[in-house]
Amino acid sequence: MSVDIRLASSRPAGTDLYHGENPGNIVTPGDVITADSGFMRGHGTYMEDECLHASVAGTVERVNKLISVRPLKTRYNGEIGDVVIGRIRELAQKRWKVETHSRMDSVLMLSSVNLPGGELRRRSEEDEKMMRHYLKEGDLISAEVQNVMSDGCLSLHTRSLKYGKLGQGCLVCISPSLVLRRKTHFHNLPIGASIILGNNGFIWISPTVQDKSEESGGYETNLQPIPKLDREVIARLRNCVLALAECKMLLFDTCILYAYEASLKYAVKDLLKPEVAVEVVDLVRQRLELEGS
Amino acid sequence: MTDAELSEAEKTFILHSVQDNFREDGRGNEDFRHMEVETGLISNTNGSARVRLANTDVLVGVKVQLTAVDPEKPEVGRLDFFIDCSANATPAFEGRGGEDLGSEISAMLTRAYSCPSAVDFHSLCVLPGQQCWLLYVDVLLLECGGNLFDAVSIAVKAALFNLKIPNVTMTKDEGGVELDLSDDPFDFKRLNVAGAPVVVTVNKIGHKHVVDASEKEEECTLARIILGVTEKGTITSMRKEGSGSLDSDSISEMMESARKVGMELNKILLKALEEEEKQGAKTVGFLR
Repeated sequence: MSVDIRLASSRPAGTDLYHGENPGNIVTPGDVITADSGFMRGHGTYMEDECLHASVAGTVERVNKLISVRPLKTRYNGEIGDVVIGRIRELAQKRWKVETHSRMDSVLMLSSVNLPGGELRRRSEEDEKMMRHYLKEGDLISAEVQNVMSDGCLSLHTRSLKYGKLGQGCLVCISPSLVLRRKTHFHNLPIGASIILGNNGFIWISPTVQDKSEESGGYETNLQPIPKLDREVIARLRNCVLALAECKMLLFDTCILYAYEASLKYAVKDLLKPEVAVEVVDLVRQRLELEGS
Repeated sequence: MTDAELSEAEKTFILHSVQDNFREDGRGNEDFRHMEVETGLISNTNGSARVRLANTDVLVGVKVQLTAVDPEKPEVGRLDFFIDCSANATPAFEGRGGEDLGSEISAMLTRAYSCPSAVDFHSLCVLPGQQCWLLYVDVLLLECGGNLFDAVSIAVKAALFNLKIPNVTMTKDEGGVELDLSDDPFDFKRLNVAGAPVVVTVNKIGHKHVVDASEKEEECTLARIILGVTEKGTITSMRKEGSGSLDSDSISEMMESARKVGMELNKILLKALEEEEKQGAKTVGFLR
């Protein structure tokens, strides 16, 4: 049993200072960006009293005469080809509605999933009736953004064996801006766990699965208990990811592995304490700087 | 209560992790997440506190008012709880969405504090048979990250600890007694909260039970009991929630761990509050 109550006044000052390079021009909502009328109004800005104001908190960006504000905290803006993690919200006519931390629910069409029995199968009415059998409300999936509709709604697809329904594991939700865009977002870490860094800020940590059977199309989930050792690795990774996100570090496989290694001298539950988290992240930061990446 | 809907596999994962006494974030079944307390941060209340338990954020303000005594209990003061569920916490609280939860929590607090030894209600009586203090305890839920009941009760206790009741001078004149409130902000008395209960929620997950459940764990719970526990380990109130059934053996086990955790919570909370009182540091509030 452990109970830990602290005072707000004893919180160490400056633990969450920004460590990156100077971000330039930061504005808050309502700030006047310019009174010059020669500029064009972009995203995150509005015109009032012939002045251009910021409507979100973020950094000002200028492309020729267009001024926009890139928000610091935002929902996920999808781009084609992004890897995302989503949760099924609702079933509709030939499609699933998926929550992906985007402004609108994303859509996964029945025609853009892999069904058991091969890729070239025709989708019949039978399949439509079986939709809830494949994916039901609450299920988690990994998918790729196939298309961004004109209203900003994302259309997803899972037409590859690496995408599809997710089994046992742990979902961590962080800000989408903290996920670094990489060539690959699926990682089998050498410590016995897999991690999927969704571009939408959803991060899935699960035990590494050796062989993915093709017959069931990946819709069968293994509900056997996971050994405690794997569970510990997953919990440690989860706390590391949260610690890195708390200190606004960009997330990618190397930095997560470094954080994992730096955290090994602490018990898993100690990583929830802010001072331990900050120390671990500082070690990661130093190591990354040392290696010049 | 929560909007986190989990898949079958995730629930299984959490269930097995509770079975192993090694939860998703590495805590044991009887571990609390760390929390942060601050008192006296709202200047226009008589007592206030804010508690942040992981993602759960609760703000409590207490205002005192002189009122006529309850004719059935002419010698005691009263407590009145009101919970406001801000729509900032979750969109589900929008409109009247949070009302049910609010009244549930306030009913639980009222019951936990209805024990005569909880606070010294006699000290809240100004003029026996006529005037007493009525304490309006207003709770604002700012963020929900699981385990609301416990966080609210801890914040309430901290706010009552912080409460400064102005002293009253009574002068007798013809036909009655005149009450005079002190204007001096340093002329006040405190309420003794040593016996005040905190609420401990024990969630049954599988064959084991956990305290301080996260939102995800709450989703996996079928039955839970909510207990008011004082520092001495007295259980002042109890209620059961959820659709699942509980075995009488497991109820007594759950009560035992709630008692143990509750006593520890009370002790550490009081220690933290006394230290804050001693430090007299300036308020941190919501800025960081």
